[in-house]
Amino acid sequence: MDHHAAPPAGPPPQAAPPALPASVLLGTAGALLALTAVTVASSRLDLGSFNVVLALAIAGLKASLVAMFFMHLKYENRFQAVVFVSALFFVALFIGFVVFDTMQYQPEVRAATEAAAPAR
Amino acid sequence: MNGTATTRPGSAGPSPFLAGHFRSMGEQLDTSKLGLWLFLASELLFFGGLFVAYAVYRANHPELFHYAHHFLDWRMGGLNTLVLIGSSLTAAWAVRSAQLGRQGELRLMLLATLLLASLFLVVKYFEYAHKLHHGVFWGAAYHPSEEILASLPAALRAAPVPAHLGTFFSIYFLMTGLHGIHVLVGMGLYLWLIRRAGRGHFGPGYYVPVDAVALYWHLVDMIWIFLFPLFYLI
Amino acid sequence: MSAVEHGAGAGGGSYLTSERGLRSWLLTVDHKRIGVMYLGVIVGTLILGGVFALALRLHLWNPAGGLVSNDTYNKLFTLHGAVMVFLFVIPGIPSALGNFVLPLQVGAKDVAFPRVNLLSFYLYLAGAVLFLVTLVVGGLDTGWTLYPPYSLEGSRGLGILIALVGVFLAGFSSILTGVNFIATIHKLRPPDMGWFDLPLFLWALYATAIIQILATPVLGITAALGFMERIFHLGIFMPEYGGDPVLFQHFFWFYSHPAVYIMILPAMGIVSEVVSVFSRKPIFGYRFIAMSSLAIAVIGFLVWGHHMFVSGQSRWANVIFSFLTMLVAIPSAIKVFNWLATMYKGVIILKTPMLYVLSFFAIFGVGGLTGLFLGALATDIPLHDTYFVVAHFHFVMVGAVMIAFLAGVHYWWPKMTGRMYDERLGTISAVLVFLGFNLTFIPQFLSGIGGMPRRYATYAAEFTTQNRVSTVGAFVLTAGLVIALYGLLASLGRSGRRAPANPWGAASLEWSAAASPPSHHNFDTPPRGVRPYDFSVLRKVSEEAGWVNAGGEAP
Repeated sequence: MDHHAAPPAGPPPQAAPPALPASVLLGTAGALLALTAVTVASSRLDLGSFNVVLALAIAGLKASLVAMFFMHLKYENRFQAVVFVSALFFVALFIGFVVFDTMQYQPEVRAATEAAAPAR
Repeated sequence: MNGTATTRPGSAGPSPFLAGHFRSMGEQLDTSKLGLWLFLASELLFFGGLFVAYAVYRANHPELFHYAHHFLDWRMGGLNTLVLIGSSLTAAWAVRSAQLGRQGELRLMLLATLLLASLFLVVKYFEYAHKLHHGVFWGAAYHPSEEILASLPAALRAAPVPAHLGTFFSIYFLMTGLHGIHVLVGMGLYLWLIRRAGRGHFGPGYYVPVDAVALYWHLVDMIWIFLFPLFYLI
Repeated sequence: MSAVEHGAGAGGGSYLTSERGLRSWLLTVDHKRIGVMYLGVIVGTLILGGVFALALRLHLWNPAGGLVSNDTYNKLFTLHGAVMVFLFVIPGIPSALGNFVLPLQVGAKDVAFPRVNLLSFYLYLAGAVLFLVTLVVGGLDTGWTLYPPYSLEGSRGLGILIALVGVFLAGFSSILTGVNFIATIHKLRPPDMGWFDLPLFLWALYATAIIQILATPVLGITAALGFMERIFHLGIFMPEYGGDPVLFQHFFWFYSHPAVYIMILPAMGIVSEVVSVFSRKPIFGYRFIAMSSLAIAVIGFLVWGHHMFVSGQSRWANVIFSFLTMLVAIPSAIKVFNWLATMYKGVIILKTPMLYVLSFFAIFGVGGLTGLFLGALATDIPLHDTYFVVAHFHFVMVGAVMIAFLAGVHYWWPKMTGRMYDERLGTISAVLVFLGFNLTFIPQFLSGIGGMPRRYATYAAEFTTQNRVSTVGAFVLTAGLVIALYGLLASLGRSGRRAPANPWGAASLEWSAAASPPSHHNFDTPPRGVRPYDFSVLRKVSEEAGWVNAGGEAP
């Protein structure tokens, strides 16, 4: 084992990331405010179940802006984005599967509830 | 993240904030950020469970949500959304100030974040107080007063009342409550940062805590970005 | 330091002696001390869970029971399960052995966040204490799975509420450990240690940490929701308030299925280390084993519904979960074949760690295969809630995980304590554990197929022989464990033999670059990456002095 004075500094860390320009910060905040207004306005329109989809889409866009710029994911080590997206993926998996399953047996639940109700 | 004071011979500029087991400040910064992102992933799954509950009840009882969301005041929710977006801006700006060594600006941004967070909770307090005063409780305890029912839109008052309305409010109080607890914790963290900034701990060579707490705070903002439309608007 | 001086343990300032006093232990941020404290508490929880098990087995000596009342029986199996699962099997290997070994194997001075590590320990300890408190306030009789509506009814008592808080705290501990491990493995390696230079124990801990971070929060929210439901009647799970009890099962098993991979992956990591060192052969199929660990972690998230085939879950869900369950067996099988291939034409050294690992192969093989019968819908229906299930999960949780834990404790004991355990006692314990284990659980497969239901305080007379054999087996197993514990602790006494830095001739950094026991900072000089299964660079000096690097110098 050699014994040099300065130990190697580990897997090379990124050069200290530069500060985000003020324009990026203000621009992101502005976009978020604008999208909030869009969300409120669009909720006033009656689009049936598409309202939910639209609201989620806009929220998703806002969240992406927060993540990419305020949380500077866009400028960071890609692995951190992988961590974030994986977590979202598993949440989506959890929601998707459970909603799917519960919807399958709702008719039976409804039937049982109605059958029980007259007895009350 | 902030370390015990160590000077290490041969290291790139001894910093009193370099923890003994890291080989450089760069490594400490990188590792701390990765650690925070991993923790945020766990927070996503934690809140994710509540989103599952929301999704299940909404999918199976959409009438519940169409009816009940009118109890919530979208203007207060909207105000809170703007407040949190503002606080995310100041939180991110604080990181920038630290990186550029602008101490005064840093302290101002940290304080602004704290104040905006407090404002969020104040608005929340008024919302909750109003509901609880009018008997709009969770689950089985849901017993709305005549007054609050009278304040609903006319079309809704004419419609049949869905069963188990209390479940909507259970999910509402759970999600906004858990979120509120996270806001409170965030406020505590910003208080801590303000104290340390006052002592001049942060600068271009060391700003990990400011960055890490800001990341946490942005997650809190992100969750609200979803809660607002899901409860107040649709 | 030469090979002849017996490492830093000779009083020259190892991590054990670098600071003295109770406070230096209770407030330590040294991963080695934290690992040792975890090991102590974890062995305590094993003993506690084991005492409950022996009480159960004694009660089941007679078909009509008779040792305890039916209510007490329910509390016994609930607490046996809860203590063993949450306090022993899930945290055992990662927290006790992983904390100690990981920074050493990765060439670092400590984990990424040492103070968070200490916090993890205290959260775990708090969770453990709360489970003890449930004993005092009247216990818990819901089964460790805590299903509502029964568990959340108003008449249940305080036990459930305290247990839910305990689960929450222990879970938070697990999440923080996972964060620490991933950050450490990513960032604190030497620059010349690439991903495929990592010992497989680290790949195992990495895959485990992914599950700890992503699955455990769901347990946390489940515990919190259960707690709130009971107190505030929220109507999420309780049907009388508009809730859905099957939803609880989805929440619970979304965590608890991946949790079994938190249990088995580190165990498999230990097996990879031991089988290679004690066959004197590089591990066969390194990349396959590494990738299989990740595959198990990911696929493990997709199969939770196989615990719910008879719950009222929809038919579509049943089919999909059953299919995915078959897939998860594949990476495990890949690993087993690679381990066996490692042994092929190797020089097999039958020391205690290897004896435990050989037991692992036999028992995990059976345990894993019996899982297939439970994963297939048609066969699961008659087997569900019988002793077949009980036998299956004990085969994998005890026969595989606990035995791998014992292998790991014996393997790393010289490194942790600077002492060699008594090999004869180790051998005897390994044989008794293997015999006792099989005697206890094989009859349970048979009674399960015969239809004996689980969680019942009494049983039909036709199952008497199987139950009695099982009870005898439990005591043989206990004897083996007691002898193992004695053999380990006795080595710490005055007559215990001091360990060399590298008694086994392993090549990974904890053996080739650190003393036994290690110094406070682990390494005198920052180590370079090594090929962790390249034994050709080592030669044996003597049994006493162990192995040295070919250059002649030992740490």
